[in-house]
Amino acid sequence: MIAYVLRRLAGMVPTLFIISLLIFFIIELPPGDYLTNQISQLQAQGEAASVAKLEFLRREFALDRPFLERYGVWVGIWPGQHGFDGILQGNWGWSFEFQKPVGDVVSGSLLLTVILNFATILFVYIVSFPIGIYSATRQYSWGDYGFTFLGYLGLAVPNFLLGLILLFLMNEWFGVSVGGLMAPRFMDEPMSFDKLMSILSHLVVPTIVIGTAGTAAMIRRLRANLLDELNRQYVTTARAKGLKERNLVLKYPLRVALNPFIADIGNLIPSLVSGSVIVSVVLNLPTVGPILLGALQSQDQYLAGFILLFVAVLTLIGMLISDLLLAALDPRIRLGQEAPA
Amino acid sequence: MAVLDVRNLVVEYRIDGVNRAVDGISFQIPEGKTVAIVGESGSGKSTIGQAVMGLLPSVATIPEGEILFTDPVDQSTTDLVGLPRDGDLMRKIRGNRIAMIFQEPMTSLSPLHTIGDQIGEAGRLHQNMDRKTARDATREMLRLVQFPNPDHALDTYPFELSGGLRQRAMIAMAMMCRPALVIADEPTTALDVTIQAEILKLLRDVQAEIGMGIMLVTHDFGVVANMADQVVVVYQGRVMEKGPSKRIFEAPQHPYLKALLHAVPTFDMTERLVPIRPIEPKLSAFGAPCEVKRGEPLIEVDNLVKRFQLKKGGFLSKPRTMTAVDQVSFTVNAGECLGIVGESGSGKTTAALAVMRAFQPSSGHIRIREGDGWRDIATLEGEDLLAYRRRIQLVFQDPFSSLNPRMSINEVIGEPLVIHNVGTPESRKQHVRDLMELVGLDPKMLRRYPHSLSGGQRQRVGIARALALRPDILVCDEPVSALDVSVQAQVLNLLSDLQRELSLTYLFVSHNLAVVDYLATRIAVMCRGRLVELGETRAVIDNAQHPYTKALLTAVPDANLHRPLDFAALSAGRASDPAAWPEPYRLLPGETPTMVERFPGHFVCAPGEVPAIKDAA
Repeated sequence: MIAYVLRRLAGMVPTLFIISLLIFFIIELPPGDYLTNQISQLQAQGEAASVAKLEFLRREFALDRPFLERYGVWVGIWPGQHGFDGILQGNWGWSFEFQKPVGDVVSGSLLLTVILNFATILFVYIVSFPIGIYSATRQYSWGDYGFTFLGYLGLAVPNFLLGLILLFLMNEWFGVSVGGLMAPRFMDEPMSFDKLMSILSHLVVPTIVIGTAGTAAMIRRLRANLLDELNRQYVTTARAKGLKERNLVLKYPLRVALNPFIADIGNLIPSLVSGSVIVSVVLNLPTVGPILLGALQSQDQYLAGFILLFVAVLTLIGMLISDLLLAALDPRIRLGQEAPA
Repeated sequence: MAVLDVRNLVVEYRIDGVNRAVDGISFQIPEGKTVAIVGESGSGKSTIGQAVMGLLPSVATIPEGEILFTDPVDQSTTDLVGLPRDGDLMRKIRGNRIAMIFQEPMTSLSPLHTIGDQIGEAGRLHQNMDRKTARDATREMLRLVQFPNPDHALDTYPFELSGGLRQRAMIAMAMMCRPALVIADEPTTALDVTIQAEILKLLRDVQAEIGMGIMLVTHDFGVVANMADQVVVVYQGRVMEKGPSKRIFEAPQHPYLKALLHAVPTFDMTERLVPIRPIEPKLSAFGAPCEVKRGEPLIEVDNLVKRFQLKKGGFLSKPRTMTAVDQVSFTVNAGECLGIVGESGSGKTTAALAVMRAFQPSSGHIRIREGDGWRDIATLEGEDLLAYRRRIQLVFQDPFSSLNPRMSINEVIGEPLVIHNVGTPESRKQHVRDLMELVGLDPKMLRRYPHSLSGGQRQRVGIARALALRPDILVCDEPVSALDVSVQAQVLNLLSDLQRELSLTYLFVSHNLAVVDYLATRIAVMCRGRLVELGETRAVIDNAQHPYTKALLTAVPDANLHRPLDFAALSAGRASDPAAWPEPYRLLPGETPTMVERFPGHFVCAPGEVPAIKDAA
């Protein structure tokens, strides 16, 4: 088991390296960079002094060097203007657009993104599991049809529309202020119980909105998986032992049907980040989604690169967690054996 | 005193109308005795077992009849039909007083729970054992079913065990609460013969220890002859005949039972099998026979080795390979039927498929006679390869999955002709009709689709397809093992007629020695990828030399009360371990399996005798 964990961890290093190279390559694909665009603009206006400053910045951030060197300086495996000073050393880069270090730009929204992601995944799993089990064990019942209908509705309704409707209802019924992360009056106040409650109540709508599609898909899949397993011979064996139907379903087929869902944890994360951009804009949430979009548009490459890399790291961690959970739950994976003939 | 008294039981399935699977069946199971329910597929024999256990699917109902279960402990009698299937009363009996052993040991245990957990569960459910007591009781049960290392076995998962050990675990699970009745539904059908014999012995030993009655549901008369005190023969949901097994085997009354007993191949059969529904193949002139003269070598397999990669080598892990066929050499003579016999994993199918050039061998050569010379089939390319494919055709094991459900019978049989561009569309049409008559099928069926044909009919379509190109050689991979006894006889007779009339050469792969004995001219016995014995059929069967062949022969249950299995001679799984064979047969891993000619034409793998006789196959 320890060897397995170590092997998985060791496998992450080259993966991360290749991902970072790809990210850097892709965000540099558009011609020019933020500074050259600025320089040509300033030159057109004849402001030589500013141009000199920007030229200095270009050298400072190694933008005048060849691609691989630029990449090396960014990651921190190639000496830049000030020696080794890149992501590996904890310097996350400079945002040209905001004129601030990338860390300062994203620090608040990163935390919120992680919290929102976590809440959404939790929501997806908590809602879809009981419904999926119910639908599978009572196939073709009214309840099954009802949940199926709701599920397709959840898949079909555009997220932003659902978001607007829910915002309106929350405001009408519970008096929660529209949009944002908290009620406006808490904006500049220090953290307090009321402020926390306000944040939590504002998290409800985005969690549901971002989670519905995933929930609906997961209910369908759990239902199908569990239906497959319910007809297996080992379920009959357990029934022949005299187990109660309820205990039986929870102990045997559900355990087996669980695997694809655990394997999915890692895959959910990137889709939640990229899928939540529109929702974040509509609901006026300061997550990294809109920031990433802006950074890509203005070629603020270090900001965009860092956010993409951050999502990649989250994904890899998610994958690692799901792999470890799978190994813990499924002895066939843990012991890594084929069945003897 | 009867543990189980089934009176006039009727079970109906309600899918597209009402279908009576069991139609007024009555029988009794005396305390501590074994009653066999025998029948072909679709006879309703498994449904009876499910009805007793309360495990019928929800579409099945019991409109009539009683299932009276009398517990020998307190002599209380319950009518199981009246109990709600998922009610507490039924659950108290199920798994506790009546237990069940299933057919497929591979799928009937949960892959994610240790066998200790799964076996002990019955004790925790019914006898209020705590985890520790249940664990101790489980260990005791595993010892009873003769697990090699019960302590260790508690924490193993099913996929770590062989099929035989899984079935032992299954039996331990059924015995956990010392039931009064065990329903064994084809308990050995999925197992190899040597393991089957051990499991049968175990069932008898356990019965002697615990004293439960056994309801043995099976289609195999060999198993019945060795296990049952009484026999109930069912056909289409009705009892055809029932009685003590002595009377059933020695003085059968009902024509169906008589016919069934005649259709079972046994050793030393000289007469022809009599199928229940005979067919009349039209063996009229059918293409030119093979140009190689009968009895002359046609195919030469020389030191064939095939390795499969189980796991690709990757980051920090080594690749794992498995040698499916290890230095096997034999020849196939024109016009003969060479039977390749072995248990699962012996490499018999791999060897046969290598001859078909389904893949390239890892090393070694396979040569085919071409005119006066020999041609290595590995060198065949393009046109030559197509011509070779025309000469050698395959009959598959499973007639259900080997026919495309979306093609009519006409298309199925005609497809080889289209692929190889033989004849004109008109001549093909006639040819396909001839083929149908050749295998005794009505040409009117040509427009049907496979799903509307029975298993035997489908297998005959498969044979017709294989014969479409007028091959010299037919590779038959377990062609009858998926078929019922009555149909099996029909197909075996067809194959033997075709061979004689069309002077075909067969490579006949089977795990069933009696079937091979019926059809083969020579037999090759394989074990763990090695050829261990090769010779004339009679010589191998009557004068077996190799310990593995002997073990195989003693393990086949014969449908004959006077030839019971010799349970004392069973070797507890050591027969198929080459390293455990006695000298001079012992084969350590990596050693060359050298064949020695003991008698003219009768070869045995005995590396220990090599210095004495240099001549190998």
